[in-house]
Amino acid sequence: MLDLPAPALFGQLLLGAINGAFYALLSLGLAVIFGLLHVVNFAHGAQYALGAFCAYLLLKFAGVPYWGALILSPLIVGLLGSAFERLFLRRLYDVDNIYQLLLTFSLALIIEGTLRALFGSSGFPYENPLPGGINLGFMFMPYYRAWVVAVSIVLCVATWLVIEKTKLGSYLRAATERPDLVRTFGINVPLMVTVTYGAGAALAAFAGVLAAPIYQVNPGMGANLLIIVFAVVVIGGMGSLMGSVVAGFGLGLLEGLTKLVYPTASSTVIFVVMALVLLLRPAGLAGREVH
Amino acid sequence: MPETVLPLLSLRDVCANYGPSRALHGVTLDVHSGELVTLVGRNGAGKTTTLKAIAGLMRDRTGSIAIGGAETIRLAPEKIARLGAAYCPEERGIFASLSVEENLLLPPVLHQSGYSADDIYQLFPRLYERRSSQGTKLSGGEQQILAIARILRTGAKLLLLDEPTEGLAPVIVDQIGDIVRILRQRGFTILLVEQNFEFASQLADRIYVVENGRVVEHFSADEARSQPDRLRAYLSV
Ligand SMILES: Nc1ncnc2c1ncn2[C@@H]1O[C@H](COP(=O)(O)OP(=O)(O)O)[C@@H](O)[C@H]1O
Ligand SMILES: [Mg+2]
Repeated sequence: MLDLPAPALFGQLLLGAINGAFYALLSLGLAVIFGLLHVVNFAHGAQYALGAFCAYLLLKFAGVPYWGALILSPLIVGLLGSAFERLFLRRLYDVDNIYQLLLTFSLALIIEGTLRALFGSSGFPYENPLPGGINLGFMFMPYYRAWVVAVSIVLCVATWLVIEKTKLGSYLRAATERPDLVRTFGINVPLMVTVTYGAGAALAAFAGVLAAPIYQVNPGMGANLLIIVFAVVVIGGMGSLMGSVVAGFGLGLLEGLTKLVYPTASSTVIFVVMALVLLLRPAGLAGREVH
Repeated sequence: MPETVLPLLSLRDVCANYGPSRALHGVTLDVHSGELVTLVGRNGAGKTTTLKAIAGLMRDRTGSIAIGGAETIRLAPEKIARLGAAYCPEERGIFASLSVEENLLLPPVLHQSGYSADDIYQLFPRLYERRSSQGTKLSGGEQQILAIARILRTGAKLLLLDEPTEGLAPVIVDQIGDIVRILRQRGFTILLVEQNFEFASQLADRIYVVENGRVVEHFSADEARSQPDRLRAYLSV
């Protein structure tokens, strides 16, 4: 057994849980979008950055504090996402999926490029709304980090409940299987698609606001994260919500533990897992086999 | 049926394409309120495509399709549903990610006249027993019953049923026949696609024969019964 001091162990686990919370929130949004639209949303990282910038700008120019931004910023980014789906993405549903992917990728480049042009690449700090922390005996727990982990878990569980246990969720699940048939029941599936894309973008923006006080607010913040999140989605299983969330937290923790045991491998361990999953279970840990 | 009464469903010269290939070459037919009309014809004749065109699922369709006098040729499927049409597909379309009950309750109630879930459970106790199973875990016959029951809740008046007896055992075919008969007695208007000749000629008020994407012949119930060989000739390969 490794002989590690408890504070170091728990400290790394907490860092892992924080990273895992972001992986889970982002891969959840990707999974929600992929389930209904069959589009891999490459703009997800940019929407995350946009969420953080929204919070920063709301504070700077309108004096809206963190807690207000946590509501407003996802709303704004969600509406922008819905408009993007309605005006642009929708035109490409009849052609090969690769075109939709390219469109979301170009949206990502446009958003990140614009943010860079307007605000530079160096980024801005965002003040921690919950300074301080508590000594748990075995480790020191900063309040804000506890909040991030807790609210992420709540949001993931809530999203899962909405999709698995509500009427709206049954529409979503059914429309994922047979959108055409669901339309013949009088359900406006195209509207659901617009709202779902917006909700996915809003989840990304929410994660962006959560991230602002921990990391810096900068235009590239999402691009770096998104590569890991794609790996998480592949591991969890494309389109599986539960798989995304569990894989998100699990891989965050795994990364944290690897940092303790063999720090050099910590940034690659997720991709090693991804390679293994792709070889052994191509549909992902919780994914259904694709036909 | 007096000529002055407007048909509930009226197709005129309906053409429809799958990409570049044309499946319907001008289908013309009428279904009056309260009638049970059957479409027969060989595999690939265009029966399913006709129902899909009525339900709005053939995006590339031309001609005229009126439901209760309202033109639907350019309407989206969800708008057509609101005119009282409900479609039960050949492959039944039971959702694997939904329980039996979720499948049953999925279509929203669009008109108040529909059956309640309790009515349906009373009519089909088996669905009640299996209500928390996964939809696709039901037997083929049960899935078919669920697929029909599901659209009865919505208050739809016009039922488009695509081969409800396909691949089912004879006892279940009889059961489905009873259900369709009851629905007709209760005033539903039904357009039924059916390959099973006996089934079709026993139930139908009128029969249209579809061939190569067109209606080529029409039989009244009496004609179908008195000249079964003429009708059979259209179905034999
Ligand atoms: N999804 C599809 N794509 C292309 N062609 C199709 C498709 N579905 C049916 N067809 C063609 O359209 C024609 C009519 O098919 P269909 O309406 O399913 O016939 P039926 O229900 O009478 O057996 C057939 O020639 C069939 O091959
Ligand atoms: Mg057919």
